[in-house]
Amino acid sequence: MFELERLFKAVYIWLEGISNSLGIPHFWFDLFTMLLIAVIVLAVMSVGAMFLVWWERKISAHFQQRFGPMRTGWHGWLQLPIDGIKLITKEDTTPALADKLPFLIAPIVIFVASFLAFVCLPFGRGLIVRDLNIGILYILAVTTFTVISILMAGWASNNKYSLLGGFRSAAQIISYEVPLTLSVLGVVILTQSLSMVKIVSSQQHIWNWNIWKQPLGFLIYLTAAVAEVNRTPFDIPEAEQELVAGYNIEYSGMKWAMFFFAEYTNLILVCGVATTLFLGGWNGPLLPSWIWFLGKTLFLIWVVMWFRWTFPRVRVDQLMGFGWKFLLPLAFLNLILTGLFA
Amino acid sequence: MENSVQSAIFYILAAIIVCSAVLVVTLKNIFHSLLFLVLTFFSVAGIYVLLHAEFLAAVQVLIYVGAITVLLIFAIMMTAQIYSPALRQSNQQVIPGIIVVGILLVVTLTVLGNTTWRVSEKLPASQSVNLIGKSLLTTYVLPFEVVSVVLITALIGAIIIARRD
Repeated sequence: MFELERLFKAVYIWLEGISNSLGIPHFWFDLFTMLLIAVIVLAVMSVGAMFLVWWERKISAHFQQRFGPMRTGWHGWLQLPIDGIKLITKEDTTPALADKLPFLIAPIVIFVASFLAFVCLPFGRGLIVRDLNIGILYILAVTTFTVISILMAGWASNNKYSLLGGFRSAAQIISYEVPLTLSVLGVVILTQSLSMVKIVSSQQHIWNWNIWKQPLGFLIYLTAAVAEVNRTPFDIPEAEQELVAGYNIEYSGMKWAMFFFAEYTNLILVCGVATTLFLGGWNGPLLPSWIWFLGKTLFLIWVVMWFRWTFPRVRVDQLMGFGWKFLLPLAFLNLILTGLFA
Repeated sequence: MENSVQSAIFYILAAIIVCSAVLVVTLKNIFHSLLFLVLTFFSVAGIYVLLHAEFLAAVQVLIYVGAITVLLIFAIMMTAQIYSPALRQSNQQVIPGIIVVGILLVVTLTVLGNTTWRVSEKLPASQSVNLIGKSLLTTYVLPFEVVSVVLITALIGAIIIARRD
């Protein structure tokens, strides 16, 4: 019932029929469907990110006993489209002494990195762009471009605050990437595959979910993932009181919006990966698979937002100490235990 | 059609690799050199994908782009006066350099001309990860362990040097 997979398959067969009857070579048809799929993924990402910004504002407001956006639309749901129009029409400034080309490319790189990672994210049964046999490794690999982009932005802005923010961000992402990868390895050992679809199909029932076999791994993954996407309690790269805004301080208009956008798509990505690895992905009774995936992912995103609005920010030295002296040994312990008992 | 598309992609990637590699060693701004180094590494990963070595491609991006270049960026940003005009990409030893490069070019061209290139009839392995893992932990376990010991020695050495001051 209501499986989107069938809809996509029907549309594909319909398009193929039209292309065959018109005598279009298969190469151009493949190219066209690839573009179509890319546009669909882009649309899902955009709508998701816009929804999350609104949701975050509402959640933060309710945590602090306010209402948040209320004026535009029912409970302010039109706020984000209107903010989008504002950002598009804003003047796009570049600092006079900035390194022009890296300054321009940095927001594109961070956006493309998170877009590429969505290729391997299973949104539901059969709803994956391409099930690579190195799936999770691919996601870990392409998201490393985030660091390059942040350092490019920090350096090219020619501003001491943005450089400091870029530095902090890169140091943090590199440090937390290690425990993150090690916690993912635990799941890979259990599944004996890197493919995202195989990881999901190995967790058919709720008692098979990897979170029961890898409780420590799940906690390490979630902690490291919150640090990876630069959110509180690990948001020192953009600590407002110290750095004004961090690496994106000199950006305005749509370029700034792309950084902001990438931040939220990365949040969707890490929570989606956590759902796939630990919470059984699309598996669940009765409802269509994509609703299960969406529900679990949104729940995890809500948990991460809850962190943001209830925990204070850690200091730089605490952050590094926690990552290297506590989280990393714990991740190794988890890996050894998994290796011994799996 | 498939083959011509593949070779077109190969030539595009090869052109990007060669151009960006040349830019790495000629550009005045060392930060720009580094960004072109990232582009070179990424395009090499593209070649690996073309050769059906997806695991190698992912590891190439993860290690070279994610770890090594970021380390280099840190090193550059920690260095004072990176924009100073006194910094140059070339040095005084132009003539010995030309001689060495000339010899290398002649040797490479001779080897290229005299080799008969064999094309394997085998299909590329669909699960290269499993094969690489198995051979690393059975046939090549000794070199693998030696490499890890060398790496850990380098790590400990770096920490000791850094602690001294």
